[in-house]
Amino acid sequence: MAAGFHIVVCGSLVPDPLQPLEPVAGSGGIPALKNESMLPSILDPWAAISLYEAARLAKAVPGSKVFLASLGPKAKLQQLMMTVAQKAPFEFVAVDGPAGGFFDAAETAAALGDAIGAIPGLDRSRLLLFGGCASAGRDAGVTLGMIGERLGIPDQFLAVDVVEALPDGTLRIRERVEGGRYLVSILPAPPAVLAWSTGRNPEPPNSPQIGMANMRGILSALQKAKSAKIGAGDAAFGKVEVPSLRRQTRIVRNTPSDTIAKELADWIRGEGK
Amino acid sequence: MSESPAASSLASPERPSVAVDVACVGFGPAAAGFLETISRGLANPDGTPRIQSRAMPGMPLQVLCYERSDDVGFGVSGVVTRARGIRASFPDLDPATIPTACRVEHEEVAYLLDPIGASRRGLLLRTKDAFLRTFARILGVRDHAFRLPWLPPFLRKDGGLTFSLGAFQQWNAARLMGTGLVQIWPGSPVREPLFEGDRVVGIRLADQGVEKDGKPAAGFSPGMDVRADLVVVADGPVGPVGDALNRRFGMPPGHHRREWAIGMKAVAELPESSSLKPGTVLHTLGFPEPDAFGFLYALSNRTVSFGIFLPSTFALPVRATYRYLQHWMAHPYIRRHLEGATLRSWGAKTLYESGRLGEPLLVDEGWARIGEGSGSTNVLTNSGVDEAWTTGVLLAEGVLEIAAAGKPYTRENLEAAYVRRRRTHPMDRESRIATHARDGFRIGFIPGVVGTGLAGMTRGLLRVPARSRPAHAFIRPLEEAYRGRIPAEEIEKMRREAAAAGGSIHDALMDRAGWPRPALDGKLFVSHQDALLLGGKVQAPAGFADHVVFVDRATCEACTIKSCVEACSAQAITLAPEGGVPVFDREKCIHCGGCIWNCAHPRPGDPERSNVDFRAGAGGLHSAEN
Repeated sequence: MAAGFHIVVCGSLVPDPLQPLEPVAGSGGIPALKNESMLPSILDPWAAISLYEAARLAKAVPGSKVFLASLGPKAKLQQLMMTVAQKAPFEFVAVDGPAGGFFDAAETAAALGDAIGAIPGLDRSRLLLFGGCASAGRDAGVTLGMIGERLGIPDQFLAVDVVEALPDGTLRIRERVEGGRYLVSILPAPPAVLAWSTGRNPEPPNSPQIGMANMRGILSALQKAKSAKIGAGDAAFGKVEVPSLRRQTRIVRNTPSDTIAKELADWIRGEGK
Repeated sequence: MSESPAASSLASPERPSVAVDVACVGFGPAAAGFLETISRGLANPDGTPRIQSRAMPGMPLQVLCYERSDDVGFGVSGVVTRARGIRASFPDLDPATIPTACRVEHEEVAYLLDPIGASRRGLLLRTKDAFLRTFARILGVRDHAFRLPWLPPFLRKDGGLTFSLGAFQQWNAARLMGTGLVQIWPGSPVREPLFEGDRVVGIRLADQGVEKDGKPAAGFSPGMDVRADLVVVADGPVGPVGDALNRRFGMPPGHHRREWAIGMKAVAELPESSSLKPGTVLHTLGFPEPDAFGFLYALSNRTVSFGIFLPSTFALPVRATYRYLQHWMAHPYIRRHLEGATLRSWGAKTLYESGRLGEPLLVDEGWARIGEGSGSTNVLTNSGVDEAWTTGVLLAEGVLEIAAAGKPYTRENLEAAYVRRRRTHPMDRESRIATHARDGFRIGFIPGVVGTGLAGMTRGLLRVPARSRPAHAFIRPLEEAYRGRIPAEEIEKMRREAAAAGGSIHDALMDRAGWPRPALDGKLFVSHQDALLLGGKVQAPAGFADHVVFVDRATCEACTIKSCVEACSAQAITLAPEGGVPVFDREKCIHCGGCIWNCAHPRPGDPERSNVDFRAGAGGLHSAEN
């Protein structure tokens, strides 16, 4: 693979999952999150893994290029990029529209697929479509597959933990399967869809240099971002609620992990009764 | 921006370096005012640069802002302000465009009586309280609170705004980044200024991939050097860059950094049944201790921002702000407004309360200082955000003037373009009036209140004089502070038990002093640890060094007060089970900076500074709701 890959990472923002989230009735019958405008946004954690893995692969295979394609409210995307841009070099592809788990996956996939298809100079014979196997905002895990279908990519790997570029230009892909086992595949050549599960690389440190190099393209992409009208598709929401949550916090020091595990297990057993 | 050959001689070979025109440290309201104003002057209407960049010829002035926290607007504060400076920048400002913002509609100041009987009140105050209780019906004392029948003009915020500072900063950042003319980089703590001789030539970001003590570890990534013609210091009251400049150049004669306060604040959602009208502003004094001050601001969308301030003149060494906050929330005067409310967010911040007496050098060769760290807070009107914003506006106007004239950022030019503007601005006159307004609090609560009133009513002509002392001089040993209430032997026993548990002693002391344990409901009254989690999480990105450092270990080992532990807003500093130097847990720190001035001991060789150093660090509170 002398020419390298064109890796397009699909990922958008989600409200910080550790903030209190409360669904409320939104406009047009589509639920929204309470105080959503004030909730901090982060890059969807699974998408973030994909981005870091894409950056790692691009670094390992000379000539590769990473794109980040995001559908979300433009102002929020702009804010998000202030932190994400420092993590890895990429070219930004922005689509202005709603992001969240209440919007239709097919419509989202169509908007993103069209935007990716319109990336100037994108070589589909070198295309690896990255994204999360799930999403903190949309856990159905179907959007990436739909984008792949829309782009005509039949090879899809749906719970990827490791990708290695082999010397012969092929890719060895390790996927999670049932029972804690892995499925290892050899991909002779792109295009392919890789939906990431956990990856194995830590979040890279912030790099101001990478951030500044990315920023000029990001601002331009945001200015050029097309609007996408995304709705709920055929879905009608009767009621949306989050699971009840009870928090019990204790601070303990120097407690062996076995003791903590036992205590947690006892507590869970107690809850089940 | 371009690679700077000059920078390479300054930095180690592997340290990255860039050159910009203006590097701004910190994104608070002052930096927002600066960036807002300067961004309007950088480009012509046709998009061509109005002022050429020296760092990147052909481009507009390159202005970059580096912020420590992991996103913009993650500081914690509810704000009530006259908003004169903000409104001058946005004459058509519609508060509805800023989440939670609303106009001030009603203001009230109340003196709170102690319904528990545990607070520390002298004879004079007890007599006053007895009088209020005796004539409660006549004086209109209700809910254990005496509402001031009249609000002095210097305290009023007529026509002002109340809002969440976090939401306001996010609103600013989104608009600024949208212009494409300035850049704001969160998650980028600035370690120190770069000097060539006595000239500041840029800033250095904090190293990443280091151990707790800063030594390089796996993945070491040296912090970038940002060479800049001008460094704008806006890193607030406890920022390391401002501190480094103070250490190098000293304070102006007669000025000091001695008075502080911790503001611990929360945001809650009110129930639908709440009758609290948006724009209602309540201020309290007198409870949970006489010299603890409280506030409650009703924002839009049934959101309420409230909290308390504990000043560095607080007479007790146990400054357990969270516990005091809960007692304040439970006071009948406050509780009736918070009934049925749900805690949504929480945090704390150090406030620089020296006001004009704390004004450091504002400019010198290659740098200028704005915002709270520049002593802009008005300690008479209790107003800081709008003043900070205004300092940023004034500096930006000056910078545009200097840049347009093609002059360098020398002390002389910055004095003429910025300091002169500041000195002739009405804000400066008000700051002079406020100079000694709070001096009386160095003696006690009543002299403090009288002094503030005198200064306010006479426009600064009269005051209660009191000698200034470093903050650590106000922290007495526990045995002395609780003499007559808790025997020394009992305190020592509590101390041993707290150390063995790796915690702090304040709960035991307050229990013993008669404060009932707050009843937790898991909704509004939650444990301190749960508040840390509910407040948006605390972030501590891996690979950064500890930013709280106990400088002289022998001093800490000999210390029996350990007021840093008691005052820590986030329980990030705890007693070491084996005794000696306290333990700092970076993963819990919310970067309030309270440890700097809640240390009971001067630093050996520097009596103006405490034994705690607060350095550059990433992370902290992760919430934009405050």
